[in-house]
Amino acid sequence: MSQFQAAVRRRADIPAVQRISGPANTAINIFFAIYTLLCVFPLVVVLIASFTDERTILVEGYSLMPEVWSLEAYRFLLKDWWAVVDSYVVSIVVTVVGTVVGLAMMSMYAYPISRQDFPFRNVFAFFLFFTILFNGGLVPFYLVYTQGLHLQNTLAVLILPLLVNGFFVLLIRTFFANTIPKELFESAKIDGAGEWRIFTQIVLPLSLPALATVGLFTTLNYWNDWFLSLLFINDTDAPVTIQFRMYKTLLDIQYLSANASAYSAILAANPNFTIPGETARMAMAVVGIGPIIFAYPFFQRYFVHGLTVGAIKG
Amino acid sequence: MTPQSPASPPIQKAGATAAEAAAEIPKRNAASRVLLHFRKFGAFYIMMAPTIVFLIVNNYIPMIGSLIAFKNIKFAYGETLVQSFLRSEWVGFENFEFLFRTTDSWIITRNTVLYNAVFIFLNTVIGIAFAIMFNAMRNRLLAKFHQTMMFLPFFLSMVIVSYLVYAFLQPELGLLNRVILPFFGIDNTTDWYSDPTWWPVILPIINTWKNIGYYAVIYLAAIIGIDKEYYEAAMIDGASRWRQIRVITIPLIRPVIIVMVMLQIGRIFYSDFGLFFQVTRNSGALYETTLVIDTYVYQSFIGAGDIGMSSAAGLYQAAVGFVLVLLANWVIRRISRNDALF
Repeated sequence: MSQFQAAVRRRADIPAVQRISGPANTAINIFFAIYTLLCVFPLVVVLIASFTDERTILVEGYSLMPEVWSLEAYRFLLKDWWAVVDSYVVSIVVTVVGTVVGLAMMSMYAYPISRQDFPFRNVFAFFLFFTILFNGGLVPFYLVYTQGLHLQNTLAVLILPLLVNGFFVLLIRTFFANTIPKELFESAKIDGAGEWRIFTQIVLPLSLPALATVGLFTTLNYWNDWFLSLLFINDTDAPVTIQFRMYKTLLDIQYLSANASAYSAILAANPNFTIPGETARMAMAVVGIGPIIFAYPFFQRYFVHGLTVGAIKG
Repeated sequence: MTPQSPASPPIQKAGATAAEAAAEIPKRNAASRVLLHFRKFGAFYIMMAPTIVFLIVNNYIPMIGSLIAFKNIKFAYGETLVQSFLRSEWVGFENFEFLFRTTDSWIITRNTVLYNAVFIFLNTVIGIAFAIMFNAMRNRLLAKFHQTMMFLPFFLSMVIVSYLVYAFLQPELGLLNRVILPFFGIDNTTDWYSDPTWWPVILPIINTWKNIGYYAVIYLAAIIGIDKEYYEAAMIDGASRWRQIRVITIPLIRPVIIVMVMLQIGRIFYSDFGLFFQVTRNSGALYETTLVIDTYVYQSFIGAGDIGMSSAAGLYQAAVGFVLVLLANWVIRRISRNDALF
């Protein structure tokens, strides 16, 4: 990181060297202004659609300036707010537990294989590394978790498979090996510290940048996960993440409701009841996107740091 | 013989011959060495234990389980997974023969490799171009701002991306058919989710849009790391900006480019499941141009329940992928030892 910052500072010292011409600079500025718009534009479309009147959208299609605005989609979401809150809670629990436990496991594995005086470090490094090179594929993986461990439709199956990522362990290992001087271990041992003490009180506090980077990656992996729900959850009462509920809602608007059968019954009893299909979907998307947008500025700073340390590879 | 503490007497048996005693010493040393090892590193094994268990269950058992592709697996009620696996008969390469006799095997291989090739090309060329442009921008604050915005799609889940795409491609209401194409005078009623023609264009655009921030940042970091003296010297010699890019920037970041490309080539047999599953809404009408190995395995396993075929396809992917990773790593090793994975 310091290397990166030094490089940034260095470039500030010599501003004239890489100067480009005014017109070229303007052209680049215009280009990126347009590109930035392209990055934000789709999100804005969805946001506006969620505030559009359902009939307007069915007539006009998606647009940036709808004729009639409406809160109906959100009101509709509120009717069954429990379904949304429920999967929000699942997502939060899965993300927090998964990240904390995963980070603990990964750093506890990374530490021994980073120690030069541990004779079997290469054996255990390879044991981990081979899982990056080769995997058994979806079918046996699925069978182990369902037929073997019988974990389908549980919260655990949404957490377990993503706990340890080989790349991340290697990243932490490299950080440990490169930044913590060997002499520190020697002197700590002379002072009578055991390995656990060295690990928790010296190694971990010195490695916060690496842990933060891996922690954020893991958080993002858990928060954005819908695949495990898709694979392992097939019971309507079982926990699903907010991402998965969004996926289901896009396929079938009735999934918005926590109780689909009751919902159909209402429709059957009152044929005039219209579901705000398109707009409610988009409102669901907005509700799902929300937290990422707020956490994003914080996230991306650490991501860029982590990437530019060159720490991404093991 | 029990491993004693190093302090115990070297010879225990009174009647031991000299030869026996001589053999005893290294054995006892070995035992005490083991003891010493555990006394010194025992904590390490406790630290590693959770992950070791995890890797065995999550990775190694499925690896052995991938042999299921050579079996005709049958599950019986009340039987454990291991029992079913052991009881099922071996069928050799039968599942693979079935797989490669279908036209699907060719389609999924072609789609996977071609899409990835296009993705790699776009990620690299556009990533470098963006990085060079960022680096050239005079206003650092503005450059930072654009970089931040460009990174945004990278953080969105594929489910969200599929919503965004849906708002554009929805045939009757979507922006593309309603606003954008009419604006250019094209009256279009294409049902995008059932017409496979345009997906080889749509998917690379979405993939690049989502991931380019990541690649631009990596290449930008490499460019920032270049010593400014090269550029000073080039200025004095009167080299234009274009020439500086050609003879300084690109050659000096070449190791990074090669490593990034090789890492992607190593995974050319794997695809982003979410991109091909969510964004296409897993529409069967599009399979000809959107089905890749990952989605095929999912579809034939979860959708059709065909364990033989899907596990064969999965193992085919894993085996070819394994060879490709080794090859890619070998190339990286030859170019930049430090960047090799192993």
